[in-house]
Amino acid sequence: MVFGMPTPDEIVSGAARELRSRPQFPPGFGEDADDDAPLPTEPMTINMGPSHPAMHGTVRIILTVDGETVKEADVQVGYLHRCFEKEAEYATYTQVFPYTDRLNYVSPLLNNVGFAMAAEKLLGISDKIPERAQYIRVLIGEISRITDHLTCVGASGMEVGAFTPFLWMIKCREWLWELLEELTGARLTHSYVRIGGVAADLTDNFAQRLRDVLAKCREAMVDVEKLIVKNRIFRDRMDGVAVISAEEAVAYGWTGPCLRSTGVPYDVRKDHPYLVYDRFDFDVPVGSTGDNYDRFAVRMEEMRQSMRILEQALDQIPAGPFKLDDPRISLPPKSQVYNTIEGMIGHFKQIVDGVKIPPGEAYSYTEGGNGELGFYLVSDGTGRPYRCHVRAPCFILMQSVPKLIIGAGVADIIPTFGMINMIGGECDR
Amino acid sequence: MAASHAEKTHAAPAAPQGGGPRKGTVAVRVVGRPDSLEQRIYLPEVVKGLGVTAKHFFANLFSRKYTVTVEYPEQKVKYPPRNRGLHRLMHREDGEVRCVACMLCPTVCPAHCITIVPEETGNGNEKRPKVFEIDELRCVVCGLCVEACPCDAIRMDTGEHATAVDFRADAILGKLDLLKRGAASTAVQGGVGGDWRAKADKTRDETP
Repeated sequence: MVFGMPTPDEIVSGAARELRSRPQFPPGFGEDADDDAPLPTEPMTINMGPSHPAMHGTVRIILTVDGETVKEADVQVGYLHRCFEKEAEYATYTQVFPYTDRLNYVSPLLNNVGFAMAAEKLLGISDKIPERAQYIRVLIGEISRITDHLTCVGASGMEVGAFTPFLWMIKCREWLWELLEELTGARLTHSYVRIGGVAADLTDNFAQRLRDVLAKCREAMVDVEKLIVKNRIFRDRMDGVAVISAEEAVAYGWTGPCLRSTGVPYDVRKDHPYLVYDRFDFDVPVGSTGDNYDRFAVRMEEMRQSMRILEQALDQIPAGPFKLDDPRISLPPKSQVYNTIEGMIGHFKQIVDGVKIPPGEAYSYTEGGNGELGFYLVSDGTGRPYRCHVRAPCFILMQSVPKLIIGAGVADIIPTFGMINMIGGECDR
Repeated sequence: MAASHAEKTHAAPAAPQGGGPRKGTVAVRVVGRPDSLEQRIYLPEVVKGLGVTAKHFFANLFSRKYTVTVEYPEQKVKYPPRNRGLHRLMHREDGEVRCVACMLCPTVCPAHCITIVPEETGNGNEKRPKVFEIDELRCVVCGLCVEACPCDAIRMDTGEHATAVDFRADAILGKLDLLKRGAASTAVQGGVGGDWRAKADKTRDETP
């Protein structure tokens, strides 16, 4: 049933007069000036995305709206599917690292670390990784967490109208990415972590550079908070929108900052410490309401906690090797490869066959930018994974988006979706 | 925002995933939700916000304190030494290509962008690449080829990134293109001579 004006074609052909089946205004409508009389409306279906700036080009939500109210929502993901899990079966474990860069592309190093830890768990060498390598992984992981949250908070703020904080936060992210470029050789697709350690040692002035950048970031974050935390336009869009209770969030499988916004203090770094996270003193920020504002505030506080971890890690980082000294697992140093037959053979064996992992399966989980980032690996004893599955946190968050937006206004979708922080590369894999 | 937080402890579930000793409690910080009269009546906070932007405006006007703009075509940011850019092939002392066509880089390349056709050199002990092509359109710039090279023949430290080309074929770099960017390698190789161990320590051990 179509409601509304006749189309131009119908007017020209005279068909409009024949359309008796269309709903008509009540007799005398508009004459008695009864503003309380219900308008004859009917639900309308609109497509939000995939070509919508707030939908990242990777999500489509088929909305059924009644006026401004969302009645039904059908969230369709998969626009960025590129067979990560299948591709991984045809790549050696080392070759998977460039693919993991492209999972959550605002915090690629966290994915690198997550995958390396899954492979190491399967190899049974989790406790043999050199301490310096573990500290480097913590450093790059926390820098990536900050870039992840900066992007999420900045972009979401921009989507609700706060453009200046976006520019300031992206400026901070740029400083951090410049630092990571110096360290890893690439701004975004780092491919820096390897099984058994990392690809290269820290640069000479890394600690000082990082401290300088963190000081500048702290200053910028104070300014950002002055602009938006008490700004009523921002607060009206965020407060009390998309509220979810802790029980529901747990039932949906939420993790990460979104779960913590409901008051559940689950953080993999605290509850199941990996690497050297048990040596740092940091708090787990939780919210009290579970609305969009809490998700924003938890992310802001998490950045501060990450900075605390970074400073402690810089103080504590020991000297030593940055990768495991085992030619079966990590490549031998170049001087050995160039000059000794043992080094050369180990090097060739590992490149051609990959790191051979004994048959078995392992699930390893780390705290990613959006929540628990898990890698499930099955090995058949060769140098390539038999099966590789990613527990992408935002894929699981996405299933609850209809619940969050049904009943809300169309304009509430934007901050809700922004605070879920769905990253296409990770969600669709 | 951190002004109104409350500290409490939360008994964390046991069963660590792996790793050393751990603390029994989790320090939890409840994030604040500032809600004040001046915020509700809208104008004072708008004025404060304008104060922040005005601070930035005048600081930038007089000292460019907060600006990070690089006037791109005139100024260029220099890439850091570890930056991965276009590939190059290194030379031996006699100017020949260092590559011995061992096929490790096409093997390790996740994007299958390297093509090598080996040929005899006439030496009997050696071979060399007859064709060495890298499709820079396929390359994902991961640097695994540099890490895999056992004779310091391929490097990505040119400091140039792949530029726009008129035709796809122009993005496929051949052996001569790659050698043109190359230089004589200083890597000590082969283990010959009595002092190779002392020399080898000075070579590049890291290939990010």
